[in-house]
Amino acid sequence: MKGGEHAAYAALLEVSAEDLYENAPCGYLSTLMDGRIVKVNETLLSWLGRTRDELVGRRRFADLLTVGGRIYHETHFAPLLRMQGEISGIALELKAADGTRLPVLVTSTVKTGDDGEPLLVRSTIFDASDRRAYEIELLRARMEAEEARAAAERAREAAEQAREAAQYEHEHLQGVLATLQRSLLPPSLPDVPGLEAVAYYHTASPDNLGGDFYDLYPLGDGRWGFFLGDVSGKGPGAAAVTSLARYTLRAAALHDPAPAALLSTLNTAMYAGRSGEEGRYCTIITGVLTPTGDGFTVTLASGGHPPPLLLYADGRAGYLPTTGGTLIGLLAEAPSTTVETRLRPGDTLLLYTDGLIEARTDDSPETPDDAPDDAPDDDGRYGEHALRIFAAHLAPATPGGVIAAMAALLDDLGEGLDDDTALLALGVPRAPIA
Amino acid sequence: MNVRSRNNVQVIGRKGGPVVMLAHGFGCDQNLWRLVVPVLAEESEVVLFDYVGSGRSDLSAWREERYAVLDGYAEDVLDICRELDLRDVVFVGHSVSAMVGVMCAAREPARFAKLVLLVPSPCYIDHLDYRGGFSAEDIDELLDSLEANYLGWSATMAPLIMGNPDRPELAEELINSFCRTDPNIARVFARTTFLTDSRADLATVRVPTLILECAEDAIAPREVGAYVHHAIPGSRLITLAATGHCPQLSAPEATAAAIAAFVRESPS
Repeated sequence: MKGGEHAAYAALLEVSAEDLYENAPCGYLSTLMDGRIVKVNETLLSWLGRTRDELVGRRRFADLLTVGGRIYHETHFAPLLRMQGEISGIALELKAADGTRLPVLVTSTVKTGDDGEPLLVRSTIFDASDRRAYEIELLRARMEAEEARAAAERAREAAEQAREAAQYEHEHLQGVLATLQRSLLPPSLPDVPGLEAVAYYHTASPDNLGGDFYDLYPLGDGRWGFFLGDVSGKGPGAAAVTSLARYTLRAAALHDPAPAALLSTLNTAMYAGRSGEEGRYCTIITGVLTPTGDGFTVTLASGGHPPPLLLYADGRAGYLPTTGGTLIGLLAEAPSTTVETRLRPGDTLLLYTDGLIEARTDDSPETPDDAPDDAPDDDGRYGEHALRIFAAHLAPATPGGVIAAMAALLDDLGEGLDDDTALLALGVPRAPIA
Repeated sequence: MNVRSRNNVQVIGRKGGPVVMLAHGFGCDQNLWRLVVPVLAEESEVVLFDYVGSGRSDLSAWREERYAVLDGYAEDVLDICRELDLRDVVFVGHSVSAMVGVMCAAREPARFAKLVLLVPSPCYIDHLDYRGGFSAEDIDELLDSLEANYLGWSATMAPLIMGNPDRPELAEELINSFCRTDPNIARVFARTTFLTDSRADLATVRVPTLILECAEDAIAPREVGAYVHHAIPGSRLITLAATGHCPQLSAPEATAAAIAAFVRESPS
């Protein structure tokens, strides 16, 4: 460095301590321990728009603060300063003469005398307008985030409450539906001498009433009547028609239990009871059991219903041909044909509704080579073919055994079952019941 | 619930002496009494504590419902009195705690022999015919100041402090720890302190009462001291030659002497 430059720097730096104090880039303030201002620099005076005479000996530091800031000063700042001898970086607002507010950061130290007694408080005051604006922005963002979080929490709680209420309503409704469904079926099947009868009802969805129904009842002369059917559609409308069908059949059977006559009566009642577009119809099999020798003679008539399966005592299984019947309730006349078969010891007759054969399944059983006459339904449904094969594997079987196997099958089909399924199995025990 | 640790209760001084209970106000904690305790402890058994939410209390015991009303703070005091089986206490309440003491004495008179109300104010907000000194907007400003200064508080330290009230060394190094408060707790205490109107409670006081005010106090001005004095029949008012709202720090000798003399007096 050349001598000339050195001299120039020295001259530049040769500012008086007084000048450094007065025109420092921060405010300086000295107060007595009670807060009275005894010294203040030009920088702070210019920020406040005050003269030295207005402040020195006349005002306290707290007088420069906003009212809220003054409370903070008295409850936090002053006690901490007293106890610690220093406090730094406290955010406060100064009030200027023109009423504007100046955000500042204040750092104070207590100057003690030789005896350790506190004498003065010295404070440096930094302009914190920009920092404060940024902090306020941060605080605002934090509060917004907090509010958003609280709002989300409230929404979650409301949703949870709504879900619980809906759950309760749902369970309540399911309870009502289950009660109604049970009312469409006999609470239990009667004891028929020489016959084992087992029924099963599989509900596809607890939210929907199915239209399947069945019954087994005495005709009073040693004979027994039975039926199993399926009303089209689901829900309360289907349930009402189901109820109509069941009670119509039971009442009509008192008059003429012949299967074909029952179907005709039911068709007339349902056709007459049609309302508007709700053209409900049903498929049904009705029958009469007449004790014959060591078994029963079964007289059957079908109204468009899938054919019943007969599982023979010798292990064969096959569908009873019940073609010829038409859907019940759709047309003014519903002609049907009557077929007759024998149930001998070890034979089991299975009636079912189409929920089973309509079940969706990805792996329909392969067609065995020995059954070319009965091609599988290749539409992803369980189908009559699969059911016959299943029954053939079961036979010979008691009604209880058949129903148990079918119930397990229904469980396996699970989600694939769109519709309810009713099963009624009637069989003659091999040995007389002791 | 262990009240002693919950409220960081400290008992020092002369065993068997008159019991003097020192209750801090809004802002800091029992450390505010540090300069007067040595004098009082000479003749009295001094009970110090922190309200739940302040100082080294157990912050996990803090419930907004409880501490959003002054009754919650009074319950803290009564819990301590029951736990230590204190009777004939001389209760010294600073600032808002003065009114807490008034409430406690009305609830369980047998436990309180005398009240010292240190710079009390039964109501900080101005009303029609009453000058408390502040408006509701001023209190909002105070809340802003609290927001801007999380003294000694940081999100990283909070779990340590809150989860370990029995391990104060975790927070030992923190500066400003005497006034350290969870911002949420501070906000609730501030609102309860400055927005409660307890003027009606003053009429319930039945015990000898000493009111200590400062010559200049921005928080509890002298006209409020006069109001309290007038509202409590038989009370005595002493104006300390002190400035500010914490005479126990700014004029500890005079404050301690006034309290000690009042404690010493035999009931008239």
